[in-house]
Parts: sequence; structure tokens; C-alpha cells
Amino acid sequence: MSATSGATSDLRGVLVPRAGILGRLTDRRARTLAQIGLGVVALAVVVVAATLVAPSADATNLLARRQPPSLAHPFGTDWLGRDVLARTLVGLRLSLGIATLAASISAVVALALGAAAGALGRRVDAAVSWLIDLNLSLPHLVLMILIAFAAGRGARGLIIAVALTHWPTLTRVLRGEARRVSASDYVAVSERLGKSGWWVARRHLVRHLVPQFSVGLVLLFPHAILHEAGLSFLGFGLSPDAPAIGNILSEAMRYLPAGDWWLALLPGVALLSVVLAVDMVGGNLRALLDPRSVHE
Amino acid sequence: MNLLEVEGFSLSFLQYEAGLRRRRLDVITDLDLDVEAGELVAVVGSSGSGKSLLAHALLGVLPSNAIEGGRITYDGQPLDLARREALRGREIALVPQSVAFLDPVTRVGPQAERAAVLAGVGEPPAAVKAAFRRLDLPEETVRRYPHELSGGMARRVLTATATIGAPRLVVADEPTPGLHPEVVTETLQGLRRTADQGAGVVLITHDLLRALEVADRIAVFYAGTTVEVAPVEVFTGDGTELRHPYTRALWGALPEHGFVPLAGAQPPPTDLPPGCLFAPRCPIAVDDCRAARPALRRVDRWKVRCIRA
Amino acid sequence: MLEAGELWFRYRRDSPWVLQGVSLTVEPGEVVGLRGPSGRGKTTLARLLSGYLVPTRGRVLLDGSPLPAGAQPVQLVSQHPELAVDPRWRLAEILAEAGTGRPDPALLETLSIDRAWLDRYPHELSGGELQRVTVARALLSQAPYVVADEVSAMLDPITQAQIWSVLLDHARHGGLGLLAICHDDPLLAAVADRVVDLTGALRPGFVTHT
Repeated sequence: MSATSGATSDLRGVLVPRAGILGRLTDRRARTLAQIGLGVVALAVVVVAATLVAPSADATNLLARRQPPSLAHPFGTDWLGRDVLARTLVGLRLSLGIATLAASISAVVALALGAAAGALGRRVDAAVSWLIDLNLSLPHLVLMILIAFAAGRGARGLIIAVALTHWPTLTRVLRGEARRVSASDYVAVSERLGKSGWWVARRHLVRHLVPQFSVGLVLLFPHAILHEAGLSFLGFGLSPDAPAIGNILSEAMRYLPAGDWWLALLPGVALLSVVLAVDMVGGNLRALLDPRSVHE
Repeated sequence: MNLLEVEGFSLSFLQYEAGLRRRRLDVITDLDLDVEAGELVAVVGSSGSGKSLLAHALLGVLPSNAIEGGRITYDGQPLDLARREALRGREIALVPQSVAFLDPVTRVGPQAERAAVLAGVGEPPAAVKAAFRRLDLPEETVRRYPHELSGGMARRVLTATATIGAPRLVVADEPTPGLHPEVVTETLQGLRRTADQGAGVVLITHDLLRALEVADRIAVFYAGTTVEVAPVEVFTGDGTELRHPYTRALWGALPEHGFVPLAGAQPPPTDLPPGCLFAPRCPIAVDDCRAARPALRRVDRWKVRCIRA
Repeated sequence: MLEAGELWFRYRRDSPWVLQGVSLTVEPGEVVGLRGPSGRGKTTLARLLSGYLVPTRGRVLLDGSPLPAGAQPVQLVSQHPELAVDPRWRLAEILAEAGTGRPDPALLETLSIDRAWLDRYPHELSGGELQRVTVARALLSQAPYVVADEVSAMLDPITQAQIWSVLLDHARHGGLGLLAICHDDPLLAAVADRVVDLTGALRPGFVTHT
């Protein structure tokens, strides 16, 4: 509703709801949802495409070695004549799979520890805080390498390594939220209406933690993916024959001085794009779950 | 001439419900208010009647999705957003609700001086001394920390700090929430003094009785609209001189006057009745009341929005 | 009968006493007013009586026995309703927490709680509307005693009158024992059968006359 006649006051923020497609496009929440959808679709495309091209990722063709990008091979070919695009897609799918698992485990650990720290009293809180400090005081990469090594390397070691090093930050956030809820007046009221601790956790705590948990989970992905790539690059991740992005990049290093730029740059950009897609989903999800987002 | 004139002011917000559906909240539909220099006008009404939103509008601190209508004029000129931002803290000041706005680890003198600097006042220390003196605070108060002050003194410091730029229009938004009677007295007297020194003061409060002690006129808000603006003298006795039925109901509901609870509740901004907003609860409503929103009638500075008044 | 027996309270061993030897009683169906100098002493007493705090010395007794664990027979309604409700719960859930099943529509009607509000979240309601809900919740719990701590201090006169009218009705006709904490003397005069004054309750040995 725009100003009535004779209006001289400011019409700040006049967003007259426009009907139809144009209205939808300028609608901020619609944009948020669209971006989430876009991100999810992009990731799905990567996974599907990887499944489709999987065979050609390993197909060597010694007659077409180290070819720069062309129509037939958009990302070029590597030193064994393998299509780099196909390898990249398969590698990304692998990374996404590992990252999903690792991030999920990390998030669940963070939820358990954060909720416990916030709701189970000072001693549990102190113990969890000590664990967090311990974890954060050790250099991230070194810790991951050690864990990956100890857990037997390969995919399993990688997942465990990433899972065990990424929970602290989210735990802190969830702990803060859990503490706030536990100390609130409304929880005190519930207790004095006769509700048990479990009831309070189920009906109050969960509802306050789920939004942060969901956003935290999604935002752990980029870290997980990048660290997995990093570990593989350093040789502590997946075995060299698996086309993990990290492996692809590490091998490509050898050929860089020779001028085969596409071996490293294009897979690197692809990795970055996937990370950005995940970040877009996570960021928009957070905006959506922010209670202030009800205002346009 | 009026320092501040609000005419037919309206305010709406668009809010998301579930998914992409939006609904419009008409939080203010037809608000009128005028304040002269040297006058203290109290704005009373229940929570959700639009009082605080008006304060935010005057200070230019509404959320970005606010849609305004109607007219606000300050000192003869329209008060658009740019002007509100320019005058905020200088000519138009807000006295905040809570003493928590004061920094607990800084003495109040420096805090007031900083406010003076921000308000663009020359010679901040002198301005602080003058402001504190205006509010009857002893000179050595400037060296105190907030926690060393009594409740009443802290509130006067708050008022002093807020009015350090010698503003011409002061908006006090619920300055005495649930406070002890003596502290309320000190705070209100401080605002009265500010008006007596030439500023126009808008006192937003739900405490009608205390407001009568310091106000020149009382504006009554209901469900986002002005229902009556009356001189303070008519708020007396049985309240028979009050014109609008809601004002009368407010008066009669006071413990001193019968403690009569009028049934019903204020309509929410999503569900406003088609006719007079008070009609569903009004003891003297007739069909014409429900048909259309009554216009505001003015006799001098007395305004009433009721066809039965 | 609800009885506070020589209550002493301080938060920690090295903090000052907030209450020193305060005693009072509330009978079923009685409305006892409480006034006093500072806000904190009265609120502390309110929280001691409703089981939010444990007295450092002295006891709170209900019909001769200490307050039970679990559901409290003395329900507290405080000045700030927005803090006493979970912002992520709808109003229907908030009201349902107090009793069994759906809240009594008759009670909601007396408090002018519109059925349409039940679907809403706390932030969508004004302070006055929310306070009606917290009062309804306390009454729905069927607790025999309610402590009303400055419940209408932030409310307009009409909402104040409505809420007190319902509370008084429950006291006069429902046997509810009510402790009304208020700094507004005319309000105390209008609602209380007798008034206890905590002024001087910081002096040792002070005992209010029941």
C-alpha cells in the first residue's frame, strides 16, 4: 500500500507486492529459496554426471596424452590420456560423499557434546570445554594427518580424521544455545509445572538447537571437502589411484612446469565451485532460519 | 505553531508467514498527534497500540520493510527519513527506556560528554554541566559511575545525556517501566523541567495517572489510531468530561476509580474490524459505528474519533 | 495454608542478606498484598514461595509440609511474560503445558484470550496479551496458590483490571490463595484482604505480623 495523497513523509522501503513472476523474483525470501534450490541442483548435477561418466574416468588413451582443453575433452587429458573432466567429476562425487559422512559425524558429535555441556551442569560443561580447548590448541592439519595415519588411511581414515577435528566450533555454538535455554525462565516454569529433564530437552532444547545444528552441518561441508582434498594432496588420504580431487591436484603438480596448466587449474576451479555451491546453500539456510527473516 | 505535527500517519509491515506467503500488518492506521514547544504531551494506550512505533518513526529507526503513509511535519517542514537521520540526537532526541543504556564502566560525566560530541555541541564539558544542572543533579555527579547512583539519579542522568544537545523535541519511550514511585516522580519531573525550558516533550507511557502530574495534554491511542487528544484538566473526578468511550473505560478501570474491567481485547493488526476499531467492545456502539471508520473531529486542540461523542 | 517461616536468604556465603527472618501466611481464598521498598526483596520472596529458590534458613510450608518436588502447588506469575514463554512454542502449546488436554475455553474467555491467538507465536502478541496467557497458564495448572509478582506493572489500566478481576474471582469463588506483590498502593487496596509490609525486613529479627 503506497502513501495516500498529500503524503510528504518518506516512503522508505516501499515494496509494493507485485504480482506474477517479476514479483516473485524481487521477493527476498523467494530469492533465498531459489539460491538454495540452485545450490542443491548444482550438487545433484555433479553427482549424477559423475555416475554417468564414471567408466571414462579410468579409460586411458595413450594416443591422446596431455592434450589441452578441446571440444572432445573440455578439461583436456592427463598424462595417461584420461579425460580430466570425467576424473574431476568422479573425484568431486567422491569428495562430496566423504565430506557428507565426515560432516554429519562431526555435527552429531557437536550436538551431543554441546547439548550435554549446556544442559547437564557445570562439571560436564567444564569437561567438554577442556576437550574443545585441547582440540583447538593442536594444529589442525597435523592432528588430521596423525589421526588419518593412525586410523589406517584410505577413505575410512580420512572420514575419521575430518570428523574428529571439525566439531569444536559448532559445539561451542550449540553449547551457548543450550546454556541459554537451560537458564531460561520458561524452562524453570516447565520444571515447576512438573516436567522432567527429558521432557524439557525434547520440547524446549531440541527446537532451539535444530536450526543451528542444520546450518552448522551444512557449513561444515566446505571445510570437510577442502580438508579432504588437502589430506589427499599430501598423500594421507585416499590411495593414489582413486581420483580424489586432492590426488588429481597433487599429480598435476608434476606437470605444471611443463605448461600443462589445465591439469591443476580446472579441477581446482571445479572444487572451488562445489565449495561455493555448498556455502550458498548453507548461508541461505541460515538466513531463512533466522527469526528476523520474517520481515521482507 | 506546532513543533511537531503528525497527521493521518499510517504504518504497515509485510511479514512472511509460512513459505512464501506474506501478510500485511497494519500496525498504525490513522495516527494524529501535535506538540508545541514547551508542551508535554503524554501518549497513553495499551501495548500494541502503536506508541513505540511512532517513537521509532520520529527517530527514523524503523525496520527497512516499513511502509508509511500520512504526514509528519516538524517545525513546518516535512520530516522525511533524511531529515530524521540528520536531526536525530540533535534537535530530536530519544530518552531510552532502561538505564542499561549507560556504560557501567565509565563515569557518567565522560559518557555525557561523548553524547555532546556526537550531538555536535560546542564545549562538551560546559554542556554537560548545564544539562546536569537543568535536571537538578549535583555537580559532583559527573564523577560517579552508574552503579553509584540511586535509581532516580541514574534516570535523570539518562535524560540529561539524551537531551545534551538541547533538543527541541524529546521523545521519552516508556521511561518508567515498573519503577518505584519515587523514581517515577523524579524521572517525570525531569521531563517536565525539560518541557518548561522550551522543548516539546512526547511522553509515551501506559501509566495514565502519573502522566497527569506532568502533562499538558493526553493523547490516547488504540489499535494504531488516535481516539482522543484531550487537555489534562478533563481527566478528573468521574471522567464524565472525557469524550471517547475508550478513554472513559481507561479511566474507570483504574483501581482508584472503580477498577471496572471492560471486556475484550485490542484487535490485532492482522484482523482490524471494518468500522470503528473500538466498536466491538464499545458500550455505546451503534450500526453506523461498525459501518465505517469515524473521522477525527477537532475542536481547538481537542480531538475525538467517535461519532457518538 | 501457605506459610513462610522465618525465611532468611542470601545468594552466597559472602553476599549480603536479602531477606532476614521474614514470615507470612496465605490462607486458601485469601488475597494477601505485599509491599516493600526495593524490588528485589519482594521478588526473592516470591521465588522462595514458589520453589524457584531454596531458603538459606527457615522453611516454606504448605499445610505443614515442605514444598514437594515436581509440579509446584504455588505457581509464580512474573512481571515479564516474554521471558516466561518459549519463543518457539505456539500459544496453544504454552497453555496446554499447564493442564491436561485442551485449555478450558471458559477461562480463556474471561481473560479475553482470542482463540485466534492460539496459533500464534509469542512475538506476535503484545505484552498485555502475553501476560493474559501467562496468568491463564498459572490458573490452568490448578495450583491452589498463585504468587503474582508485579504482574500488571507494565500493563494499561483496562488489561490490569481484567486480569485482576479474573484472579480475584478465582480467590473469592475458587478458593485460590493469592499473594499480590505490588508497589501501587491503590491497586493493593482494591485487591488485597490485608497487606504485609516488608519495609524493614532487612533488619535482623524482623517478623511480619500474620
